[in-house]
Amino acid sequence: MLTILQKEITSYLSSLVAYVTIGVFLLVLGLFLWVFPDTSILDYGYADLGNMFSTIPYLFMFLIPAITMRSLAEEKKEGTFELLATRPITDWQIVLGKYFACLLLVLLALLPTLVYVYSVHQLGNPIGNLDVGAVIGSYIGLFLLGGTFVAIGIFASSITKNQIIAFTLAVFMCFFMFSGFDSLSGLLSFQNSEIQNLGINEHYGAISRGVLDTRDLVYFLSMIGLFLLFTKTVLGGRKW
Amino acid sequence: MSIQVQNLSKTYGTQKAIDAISFSAEPGKVLGFLGPNGAGKSTTMKILTCFIPQTSGTATVNGFDTVKEALQVRQQIGYLPESNALYPDLYIKEALTFIASVHKIHHPEKRIAEVIEETGLGPEQQKKIGQLSKGYKQRVGLAQAILHNPQVLILDEPTSGLDPNQLIGIRALIKELGKTKTVILSTHIMQEVEAVCDQVIIINKGKIVANETLAQLHQQHQNQSLEQIFIKLTH
Repeated sequence: MLTILQKEITSYLSSLVAYVTIGVFLLVLGLFLWVFPDTSILDYGYADLGNMFSTIPYLFMFLIPAITMRSLAEEKKEGTFELLATRPITDWQIVLGKYFACLLLVLLALLPTLVYVYSVHQLGNPIGNLDVGAVIGSYIGLFLLGGTFVAIGIFASSITKNQIIAFTLAVFMCFFMFSGFDSLSGLLSFQNSEIQNLGINEHYGAISRGVLDTRDLVYFLSMIGLFLLFTKTVLGGRKW
Repeated sequence: MSIQVQNLSKTYGTQKAIDAISFSAEPGKVLGFLGPNGAGKSTTMKILTCFIPQTSGTATVNGFDTVKEALQVRQQIGYLPESNALYPDLYIKEALTFIASVHKIHHPEKRIAEVIEETGLGPEQQKKIGQLSKGYKQRVGLAQAILHNPQVLILDEPTSGLDPNQLIGIRALIKELGKTKTVILSTHIMQEVEAVCDQVIIINKGKIVANETLAQLHQQHQNQSLEQIFIKLTH
């Protein structure tokens, strides 16, 4: 599994994919947080990062599928999957290797945002007037959310040979898993069903408040496990 | 017998790709696998390398079943697929290092240097795979197949895309490897069969129509050329 992970990271870093997607992610986030007046922290007047943590999931919705779309779709299209599948490694090792490689890239994209935390920390009056608990909680939430999106993206990439289809499907599935259930819960017939608990937003919101509840943790881990299991099943499907 | 195939069949939808074929292969011999396009050569090889499972029948490699003991089989086999798909973003050494670590080879640098030497990749070893010509890509594929020193080599059209000089080198390498290992290779080039193979299997529409040593085959067909025999048997 580590072998696959290492190879994936090498090929991401030696092509432009990683740099461009991460660069664009940071650029857009920077614009939203400091420049665009509607969402700018400077105009908002409070030293608060809530805006950042509510924007990132929507950026992740595009960033993560862009990273994951090639992982399995390209292997299948180029035929290199045959190379992997005839070597002494299991399908699980392939799936997990790819999963953790993409997750690592997502972490790499998150790392520079710590600069914004520091900036806002300095901007507070008095300096350091920032809800640290909520920030840490939000980062844990983002990490889990990223992990879930990566699992969804890898799954989308496994069911097709076409990267564009993989990307589109992943964006849709991420969006639906994130806020689709919230919207459904607004429907009249679902109003008392608490269906929003199936969506990511509900759990992400809970963790962002700085409360790490095992129910939320279990939710994210089971979502990740579920999509990875789907992926493994699809890969095994060549044995029809 | 390091490869044993018994009553092996594979059906894609309603189409029978191979139909109850049986053969065996042993170390120290190069087995040539011939047949028209679509005869089932690649399908047989894909089953032997555990890439796809058969519909019925059994195949074993060094005593390991290709379905039940796939991981052991894959450890024993070196496979060069027909498509020879490679990772274009990687440098030759990166690709070989990757394969070496998949097989958990001890002292990978030494073995990689050996294989680069054997396959004649030396002059191009600083390049990315995507920048190589077809012949050199083919050599990278071959290098990846023999890197872990497998007991069984399965080569699907190993010499396609090579120039005449390279052909001689690679054929000599295959013949050399065939002295100690079990080698199955498929090809459409009859001179290659004459030059490299000891045993020949001709397969047509999923069925084996000849399974003889090269000498026997010539004898049975009044010393006709291999090309004529091939056309007679598969037409």
